[in-house]
Amino acid sequence: MKNTIKQVFHSGKFLVGFFIFILILIICFVYPLVVTHDPLEMVGSGNFYKPGTYVSQQEAVLDPFYTLNIDASEGKLSLLLGEEEIEKMKEYLVKYAEVAESEIDTSDPEAMVELWQERYDPELKAKGLTSAKRKSYRRLDGEIKDAQKSADLIIAEKDSETGELEEVKKIKGTSFVNTKDILNKRTFLLGTDNFGRDVLTELVAATVVSLRIGLVAGIIATVIGLLLGLLAGYVGGLVDNIILFLTNLFTVIPSFIILILISYSVGTSARGVMMVAVIIGLTSWPWTTRAVRSQVISLRNRDHVNLSKLSGHSLARIIFTDILPYIASYVVMAMILQISSGILAEAQLSMIGLGPATTRTATLGLMMNWAMQYAAHLNGSWWAYFPVVIVIALISFSLNLMNTGLDQVFNPQLRD
Amino acid sequence: MAQNQETKQNPSEPKPCLSGRGITKVFGIGNKATTAVDHVDFDFNEGEFVSIVGESGSGKTTLSKMLLGLISVTEGEVRFQGQPRDISTGAKRREYWKNIQPIFQDPFSSYNMFYKIDAVLDDCLNMRGYRNASKEERTRLKDEACGFVNLKYAELTNKYPFELSGGQMQRLMIARIFLLKPKILMADEPTSMIDACSRATILDMLLKLRDEVNMTVIFITHDIGLAYYISDKVYIMEHGKFVESGPAETVILNPKADYTKRLINDVPKIYEKWDLDTVARK
Repeated sequence: MKNTIKQVFHSGKFLVGFFIFILILIICFVYPLVVTHDPLEMVGSGNFYKPGTYVSQQEAVLDPFYTLNIDASEGKLSLLLGEEEIEKMKEYLVKYAEVAESEIDTSDPEAMVELWQERYDPELKAKGLTSAKRKSYRRLDGEIKDAQKSADLIIAEKDSETGELEEVKKIKGTSFVNTKDILNKRTFLLGTDNFGRDVLTELVAATVVSLRIGLVAGIIATVIGLLLGLLAGYVGGLVDNIILFLTNLFTVIPSFIILILISYSVGTSARGVMMVAVIIGLTSWPWTTRAVRSQVISLRNRDHVNLSKLSGHSLARIIFTDILPYIASYVVMAMILQISSGILAEAQLSMIGLGPATTRTATLGLMMNWAMQYAAHLNGSWWAYFPVVIVIALISFSLNLMNTGLDQVFNPQLRD
Repeated sequence: MAQNQETKQNPSEPKPCLSGRGITKVFGIGNKATTAVDHVDFDFNEGEFVSIVGESGSGKTTLSKMLLGLISVTEGEVRFQGQPRDISTGAKRREYWKNIQPIFQDPFSSYNMFYKIDAVLDDCLNMRGYRNASKEERTRLKDEACGFVNLKYAELTNKYPFELSGGQMQRLMIARIFLLKPKILMADEPTSMIDACSRATILDMLLKLRDEVNMTVIFITHDIGLAYYISDKVYIMEHGKFVESGPAETVILNPKADYTKRLINDVPKIYEKWDLDTVARK
């Protein structure tokens, strides 16, 4: 036993898979200790905030500021002027302001803005310049002016009696605030989702739930598959025929369809996280049964089994002491695969809206489902679904890698 | 070992211990049916050392498994001590197995490699009804059994099967038989995986078992020379049928069937070559 474990940890593939999996587990355990917010707390009141650090605007304004000799308008122009805007400016200058195309250098935004300010006439009426177009040019002009603005902003308070505005504070273009002075700030490394929940915190919580679903589903599937496989393989005859018939039935009907039908018929109210795990477990045992059965058939005529039989041992004792230990390594490998496919099955089910019908817990599949329903993939909010995809892929990759590593250790024919 | 033939116990009337009439085993059905054992008749008497000789695939092991009750008999009747054998229920089978025990060809696969060898001997004691015996009594019995096969129990206890050599494993199997003392021992090529030296010891032990407890030994082998030296009666098996049977000397010194002649012709050549090789290496 000790030797086998040592051998297992010499397999590079197993080690890599094990390392990734343990890393995920550690993150799942440690992260909630560090970040104690409720993973499903709705922090934002809008959809899909970009990843980044968010500071309280009020505090930023009210906090004492420092004057730094840095022009705050720096970089703003190039951030504002995308390819589209440059193209729009060029079009106006050429068509309506009679600038030769050779004079325009699209690679220098500052020069273009200068030219624009010189030649742009908001009142110009030319052929082909519809009012819609004119308005859009006016908007562009406003944006450019905003970006260039380095004039002071004034903070004013409304006098409660007279209703007049009273200047409180002036904010210059060179005013800066030390972020340490701002108490209320939150970093969303992966932004927020459609409900305004912190994706990273939610993702960690969802991974824990999904791993639990996979584990429960994997254990159920392995136990059922193992028991039926042992019985069918060892007893043989009619028992074998009946079990094989059942197994074939479940193999021929795609288990995913059974999964969908059961999930649907259980109803929304009963479909909790564990219910989904049990449903997945109950539909994914057939291949374990088949694999265990065939292994047992090759074992049942071994001499040591015959000897055990002739020593008068009971059926259960022979199965559990003379056969099960010989296929134990195989069963462990099968269970690892079952856990991995359980997690994937949950994700698939949830994607089409038949996963756990709950708003109190998140699973990896549910996060994908929410992201899809709120069109995260269409509005470019990659942070709402891409990290989930990566976590799912990493989990199943690490489990499969561990399985391959174990396979190489236990099956000497595969060793290189 | 020829002197062992003199020790043959010759009761005035041999009592049949295990006999069979028209024993047949067919594997598969329809076109794919293979007849492994084809209507064989035999009478194994009490205290007899019987050899069943035949080449690979002649049905020897199938016959032995049928006699052990591990596989069903397609056709024919097995009689045990004059009565038709009844192994229809688990309890009856267990009762029958107290009377017949095997030694298998491959000692390496005869043990459950996950359990210490003590488990094998303990099983035997439980089967013989020593379940409630004191620890000292059990150890004494196990020690005695190991002593019978020239092994030291103290050295073997708490060891796993794979820590033993092939010869030790096979001797331990004989110690198991010694503990169980069944009426019939089914030895299915017990020496084919063992080197020549250990082979002699193991055969010697089988003969000792026969002499001490009047056990019927059914010895299955492909080696007709070996059968000649140790057995009282020889059955020659070809393609599932007994082509010749009778006292060892009669069959082997005056073979009638062509198959027997061929078997006898085949043996010495192998032996000469073997001997030459050993000499050359020295």
